[in-house]
Amino acid sequence: MAKAKETVSRTLIVALVLSIVFSVVVSTAAVMLKPAQVKNQSLDIKTNILSAAGMLPAGASAEQIEELFSRFDVRLVDLDTGEYVEPSAVGVEDPMKFDMYKAASDPKLSTSIPASEDVAGIKRRPNIAKVYTLTENGKLKRVVLPVHGYGLWSTLYGFISLEGDLNTIEGLGFYSHAETPGLGGEVDNPRWKQQWVGKKVYEDDMTKPQIRLVKGGVDANAPDKEHKVDALSGATLTSRGVEHLINYWLGERGYATFLQKLRQGEV
Amino acid sequence: MADTSAKQVLFEPIFNNNPIGLQILGICSALAVTTSLNVTIVMCLSVTAVTAFSSLAVSLVRTQIPASIRIIVQMTIIASLVIVVDQLLKAYAYEISKQLSVFVGLIITNCIVMGRAEGFAMKNGPVLSFLDGIGNGLGYSAMLLFVAFFRELLGAGSLFGFSLLPTVNEGGWYVPNGLLLLPPSAFFIIGLAIWGLRSWKPEQVEAPEYKLSRHKAKEAF
Repeated sequence: MAKAKETVSRTLIVALVLSIVFSVVVSTAAVMLKPAQVKNQSLDIKTNILSAAGMLPAGASAEQIEELFSRFDVRLVDLDTGEYVEPSAVGVEDPMKFDMYKAASDPKLSTSIPASEDVAGIKRRPNIAKVYTLTENGKLKRVVLPVHGYGLWSTLYGFISLEGDLNTIEGLGFYSHAETPGLGGEVDNPRWKQQWVGKKVYEDDMTKPQIRLVKGGVDANAPDKEHKVDALSGATLTSRGVEHLINYWLGERGYATFLQKLRQGEV
Repeated sequence: MADTSAKQVLFEPIFNNNPIGLQILGICSALAVTTSLNVTIVMCLSVTAVTAFSSLAVSLVRTQIPASIRIIVQMTIIASLVIVVDQLLKAYAYEISKQLSVFVGLIITNCIVMGRAEGFAMKNGPVLSFLDGIGNGLGYSAMLLFVAFFRELLGAGSLFGFSLLPTVNEGGWYVPNGLLLLPPSAFFIIGLAIWGLRSWKPEQVEAPEYKLSRHKAKEAF
């Protein structure tokens, strides 16, 4: 027996049988669990959007999240022209299926950012972005925009939510990053995020975003305090990254053209 | 190891033959996933399940495995089980699977799993091997929970996500120790735990490999 075990044919048979058995096990698990996983992922994105918009009640159930999210319109926007585009332009039927971060690495769907303008450290920008608008009684109530940029260790991915005037920040949240826990990781701290609520992105001319993260707290008498947010202590580079990514994405290379058109009712 | 009883293989690894404390295996994940107890528990369950079932599977086919491809066969079994666990977590514990991220996949390289398959399951019956896998999983869990308890309590002021020491950032009084949230702190805690374990059970202390001899030559004078 011990001798017969070591022949070449025997070795090949064992290897083959083993491979077949375990590929069946692995693929069965992957296929059977796929629907539950897809549902989790889409629920996760919706949760992040609602939480950035400050619409997420504590301990919301999956149905509640679906219901709240269904009030949003999901649209695709051409960042250069600021116009809405049909989902078919990027080869999808449902705009929810469009992955703008995947598109950012596709040369046909993205533009490379010159180093001098790449303040957010993202190298390529997708041409088309996915935005979420909420309209109530024919009036635009809020817009949630995906933003991302480099912090200290990692790219931060998040959403920023603006009120109907497209200037006042309603909330922001990052759902994926790998900043230092306890320092840069405090971007997740609800108390810190709370400071962003009510800040103004633009001056009255609505062109250039003015958000600044400042050290030592925001002086209540500062003239431009509506643009200032207290930086994270011990996390200068993460704070700087957040400042840059917000200003990049709300600037002319980001959503500014679209927001301008939306404000004037042109789209 | 003819006298191995079920009880022995199950409980021996917790204190007497702890995979982290004595064998010093599986340190990598012990550093990475011990910042909060919730995540740690899921990781412990995953590692225990993988160790137990991979030992069982290896033991079942141990008489058929040709020695020349032994390690690859074990790897295939372990890798398949890890993928199944990863898929299950993504489907039923999505939040936690996001926090564990790559570390579930890295159970494949966890030395404890491979070590038990090669060191125990290849020589023992399926039932004993299964229990041995669970036992080593428990030993791993005991150490991880110990580390995570201190890291979460002192680093974030909470246990299982419930705030016990309200931190300054949340308006309380406790200034959290940021070092404990970073991986190197686990080294200190594991080191202290091993020190404690070996003071309690001195038979675990290895004999020194060599003795320092006294200086004889007076060179530097």
